[in-house]
Amino acid sequence: MVKNGLAQFDLRQSVFFKHKGNSMGKLGILLAVSVFIGSGQAAFAAGTTEEKPDNIKAAYSEGGKYFTEDDVPTYNIAEDGKIDWPSYSGFRRYHSECHVCHGPEGEGSSYAPALKVSAIDMDYYDFVDIVVNGRERVSASVNSVMPSFGENANVMCYLDDIYVYLKARGTDAIPRGRPRKKEPKSDAIREAENVCLE
Amino acid sequence: MKKFLTLTAALAICTAGVAVADPNLQSMMDDPNQWVSQTGDYKNQRYSKLDQINKDNVGNLQVAWTFSTGVLRGHEGSPLVIGDTMYVHTPFPNIVYALNLADEGKILWKYEPKQDPNVIPVMCCDTVHRGVAYSDGKIYLHQADTTIVALDAKSGAVVWSVKNGDPGIGETNTATVMPVKDKIIVGISGGEFGVRGSVTAYNISDGSRAWRAYSMGPDEDILVDANTTHLGKPVGKDSGMNTWEGDQWKIGGGTTWGWYSYDAEENMIYYGSGNPSTWNPGQRPGDNRWSMTIMARDADTGVAKWFYQMTPHDEWDYDGINEMILTEQEIDGKARKILTHFDRNGFGYTLDRVSGELLVAEKFDPKVNWATHVEMDKGSAQYGRPQVVAKYSTEQNGEDVNSTGICPAALGSKDQQPAAYSPKSELFYVPTNHVCMDYEPFRVSYTAGQPYVGATLAMYPAGESHGGMGNFIAWDGKTGKIVWSVPEQFSVWSGALATAGDIVFYGTLEGYLKAVDASTGKELYKFKTPSGIIGNVMTYAHGGKQYVAILSGVGGWAGIGLAAGLTNPNDGLGAVGGYAALSDYTALGGNLTVFALPN
Repeated sequence: MVKNGLAQFDLRQSVFFKHKGNSMGKLGILLAVSVFIGSGQAAFAAGTTEEKPDNIKAAYSEGGKYFTEDDVPTYNIAEDGKIDWPSYSGFRRYHSECHVCHGPEGEGSSYAPALKVSAIDMDYYDFVDIVVNGRERVSASVNSVMPSFGENANVMCYLDDIYVYLKARGTDAIPRGRPRKKEPKSDAIREAENVCLE
Repeated sequence: MKKFLTLTAALAICTAGVAVADPNLQSMMDDPNQWVSQTGDYKNQRYSKLDQINKDNVGNLQVAWTFSTGVLRGHEGSPLVIGDTMYVHTPFPNIVYALNLADEGKILWKYEPKQDPNVIPVMCCDTVHRGVAYSDGKIYLHQADTTIVALDAKSGAVVWSVKNGDPGIGETNTATVMPVKDKIIVGISGGEFGVRGSVTAYNISDGSRAWRAYSMGPDEDILVDANTTHLGKPVGKDSGMNTWEGDQWKIGGGTTWGWYSYDAEENMIYYGSGNPSTWNPGQRPGDNRWSMTIMARDADTGVAKWFYQMTPHDEWDYDGINEMILTEQEIDGKARKILTHFDRNGFGYTLDRVSGELLVAEKFDPKVNWATHVEMDKGSAQYGRPQVVAKYSTEQNGEDVNSTGICPAALGSKDQQPAAYSPKSELFYVPTNHVCMDYEPFRVSYTAGQPYVGATLAMYPAGESHGGMGNFIAWDGKTGKIVWSVPEQFSVWSGALATAGDIVFYGTLEGYLKAVDASTGKELYKFKTPSGIIGNVMTYAHGGKQYVAILSGVGGWAGIGLAAGLTNPNDGLGAVGGYAALSDYTALGGNLTVFALPN
């Protein structure tokens, strides 16, 4: 599973550095989940391959979650139109945590970017890094600040869900509005959620 | 997130000596040539006695001059005019400009505070600001980071500054302050971050704190005594705690970011408290007092005379912070001192502001459906309570269930954008939202300084109506009836102005400044300003000439949902009109546009 431990380690470093041991237990669990997901990012980032890896198509699923060939979380639409549970969960969590700045359904607002675009344009690990650590763009004409959500369980426990939902929005795999048909919540997801929120 | 400096002893540079009341403020408000308060006057009527611009000539209105604020985010509030000087504010970074009206608007001074930009993302819904206040030769700016600065009105020099809250736990500010005698009355924002709301009075001489009243908590925190009533009955002991489970009241919301009014004769201030935290009602059993409450407090001590909780145990985010408009009207043959309030929950309330007696509670948008009515039978155990429709109860439907077709949406049938009242027509002119929602609450955990919401919402124009998302209405507060209603494509997010010229002004999200006939609503004038309008219309006279001014600069709540357009998941294709995106009509930009009749 873990193709690239190094990239993951870098992410872990930055998280711990930022939060200096606050909520260690919680973050530890989050990271355990993240490490499990693994990464194929280094090869891509190094620019050694000519072909951009497919960051959308689901190659396999595990416990109700879907991943690309490079083990990056992604959405899945079944033949009967059902979307995966994490994408549905992401729809709910996005509209609780992200909506008031980034607009409905990842469409953007008058002052924050459209995340349905960012989720496609941006590498998964960069996306995670910005959510965890935040980002500031402040100048004479711009006052744009993304806060750090690294200590917010309502975001961190559902970060992959929000990410796959936004990817599905960015490719128009899911239309605007509430997703209608969805896979049931798997036991593995329920368990991971309970552990994460504790 | 970086920790904010807590300026505990920040009563810096105190120059003034003894606290002196400003006897001139009321007389300045009475002078229609000036606009000395964001709300026009203490009664929040937003009415001007100027009539040079009137219903016969308003069609000839022209742009006299403009001013760019240099800031792009949502521009709420309005300028002030004190004598020859106009004071213009901006959203974050909260710049204040003093413009010399006697010298073609030349900038006399500019004040730009240094604020930690980390306050930006802890502000719900854009970095709007609803303007500066004036009294005693000072301009008061309550910054986004809750620092209050008193500036010398002539020079812009800082006289004193004090910190009201801590952005590190989500406490921020978007509101103006209200000067009353020797104090300013100050609110706080952060209901979506689990802030416990409060109102604080500071002495204008040096910024020292006079009193603070929380919206919930122990009696000594919420400033009640044996005489404090709710619907005519004493509130009793521990009223701010015994309708909460456990310690939830400590992160209970009830923030106070709206407008304030003042009755000098009664020496009372009036305001409303916001939603209880979280948006998931299942996590906070009980009535959650005193969130969602109209409050009447003594201006000197802060002790409450009466409360009225409009939406006990909120399940829809219907903040009660909208303005309280004070009028004197005859109801059923009896002269009354009245308080009128258009709540987010869609009911227009008329109360006796001396006793707190509820006189009228009627829907000001016919589409409101979450409650059938407010119980008016004083003998009923339900007296004063909205009668909730089970189908639209997000509590009864439960966590993780999507309740659909609730009207109004969370932004309310009306948000903070203030209404106006004309004593000539005895009508209220109300900017409204015509938007409904689906609402699904779910469990969330609290982390200080992080969003604490707990619900997913989808909003869309009210069904089986004109397809638009707003109306501008005239309302008879004595009977609780709509007199006329002008449909608007987008929510009307601009504060209204009524004048003795028998006209009413308001702005639209596309950017139009409009003037309508006060008695019929007929459109008499419109002009498209550079950006969408969420500011409030004001008027003043200088050199014998009447001017009307409006800030444009789209953003705020409207910038979130409407920028991309709304969708109705319950409708198929082919839905008309109202689904358009605001971004097809306007773009960002902070501008002041000032209008006058041609010479």
